[in-house]
Amino acid sequence: MLRVRNLKCYYGKIRAINGVSLSVRPRELIALIGANGAGKSTLLQAICGLISHWEGEILFEKVSLRGFKPPAIVQRGISMVPEGRMLFAPMSVLDNLRLGAYLRYRRRDHHGIAEDLESVMDLFPILRERAGQPAGTLSGGEQQMLAIGRALMARPRLLLLDEPSMGLAPFLVRLILDTLVRLKEQGMTILLIEQNARAALQIADRGYVLENGQIVLDGAAGELLADQDVKRAYLGKDYREFYEGRA
Amino acid sequence: MSKMKHGFFLLTIVIAGMAMSNSYHLQLLTFIGINTLLALGLNMLMGYAGQISLGHAAFYGLGAYTSAVLSATMNWSPWLALFAAIVLTTLVAFLVALPMLKLSGYYLGMGTLGFGMIVFILIRQWSTVTGGDSGLVGIPALSLGPLSLASGKAYFYLVWAVVLMCFVICERVVDSRVGRALRAIHDGEHVAAAMGIDTSRLKVGVFVLSAVFAALAGFLYAHLVSFISPNSFDFLVSVRIVTMVVIGGMASIWGSLLGASLLTLLPEWLHVFTDYEMVVYGLILMTIMIFLPQGLTRGLLDLYEQSRTIYRRPATSQEPTANR
Ligand SMILES: Nc1ncnc2c1ncn2[C@@H]1O[C@H](COP(=O)(O)OP(=O)(O)OP(=O)(O)O)[C@@H](O)[C@H]1O
Ligand SMILES: [Mg+2]
Repeated sequence: MLRVRNLKCYYGKIRAINGVSLSVRPRELIALIGANGAGKSTLLQAICGLISHWEGEILFEKVSLRGFKPPAIVQRGISMVPEGRMLFAPMSVLDNLRLGAYLRYRRRDHHGIAEDLESVMDLFPILRERAGQPAGTLSGGEQQMLAIGRALMARPRLLLLDEPSMGLAPFLVRLILDTLVRLKEQGMTILLIEQNARAALQIADRGYVLENGQIVLDGAAGELLADQDVKRAYLGKDYREFYEGRA
Repeated sequence: MSKMKHGFFLLTIVIAGMAMSNSYHLQLLTFIGINTLLALGLNMLMGYAGQISLGHAAFYGLGAYTSAVLSATMNWSPWLALFAAIVLTTLVAFLVALPMLKLSGYYLGMGTLGFGMIVFILIRQWSTVTGGDSGLVGIPALSLGPLSLASGKAYFYLVWAVVLMCFVICERVVDSRVGRALRAIHDGEHVAAAMGIDTSRLKVGVFVLSAVFAALAGFLYAHLVSFISPNSFDFLVSVRIVTMVVIGGMASIWGSLLGASLLTLLPEWLHVFTDYEMVVYGLILMTIMIFLPQGLTRGLLDLYEQSRTIYRRPATSQEPTANR
């Protein structure tokens, strides 16, 4: 569904991504893990068309995304949950969700939008309660739910998430990741970017490990979880105790 | 709800028009209407989309001079001249917006400031067409078929009808997906793009809209006073429009009316304005930004709410005062 080949991304002359290849098949949940500054967000922004200075190849459903502007990419079915939520803080929860469906309003898909508003609010009932409240007044967990809901409002086929567990209490991380599993069961394809490697790998089918702009490891999620290098580098100190019961 | 608001607004206009007999007062109200148009347009750009323009007087001037030159010098019908003015303004605003809106913050401020100055200098220097510093006289009054709009009262109605129309347009835009998208751009352009919003197109669009409003105001001004000179469109005027928006409140359609009223009436009442206009605007801008960053409209509403809760509290809680 998504295929990235030998991708190189630049900020001016600095190369942040240094020849990355990866693939996501339909209905897969893929985890991309890496430390601070590894280039995770850069990769994601390249896929979404938010940075255009890249070399290599990004194919979505066999079509190259080169030269596509973000609206065209959203239109094709890719939607993202940005790092740090990035909600429109002064605007209401409802307006944030509606903004996620911006392109569908342009197509006058009012019926479908109303349907999806309902299903997003069924997925995260707290959003229904808070519908009229400014997004900036939500708690961290609620904000993350809204950010995911907003991305879903575009009715994507591929959902990209940039560190959704960042800054959340362990039980909220669990709630968010459980939601991703549910979405996957409903047929969504997901690329999950995480520093919280253990949590991400526990729900993923396959995983990639990104270091200094390069993929250093990839494989089935279970294998990566067991891998000594991964253990040493990424699984040392994160929420082991909270995830003992999973997997 | 908004229908009621518009009905009330219309009623106010009609009553004001019937009750006013003093032509000075009528003219003052007409000027308020023209300034409201200017503030309203800039508010769409600045308040909603978050893009500052320090050169809006240029579009005001463009509208005024295009219509004046075509109707006074070349004897076009003023309505045809208005049409030409709007087409020209749209074109110029579009061409200016394309490179300019790649800038943001201070740079956008500087860019639009420069544009305003260029237009001002053009108006002054191109004296064969514009009359230069001595201005342009003999701009014809307006008429609608057999109906003359030359009287103060008729013009008052015309201007406020246009204002009402523009209010309706702006409210429709603001309540639509486009309005949401503009506020999203204000809040974070990058994320807005990630939502699929074509940010540069919308920014150009709202810039053109606000320029056309200013040109419309310029047209109404020129045919009201029948004599225009470059000074009515200089940098100070741009600052005045910004001040109106800030006083009335960013992203507040009805605030534009308040801001425009205050800045039209105050100079009439307080003579400090004539000598120290710039200083006074500076002080107003600073004070509002520091104490009422949401603008006077929102600020007054908040104060009102506060006073109500403070007023209510002693009635409900009978605590001993020693606790305080
Ligand atoms: N706008 C930018 N300009 C210049 N360099 C940048 C920019 N954004 C990121 N970089 C650099 O690119 C590299 C990768 O950054 P990126 O944000 O993709 O990392 P990340 O893996 O998402 O990190 P984190 O976990 O902290 O979010 C870093 O070395 C960073 O300094
Ligand atoms: Mg990142």
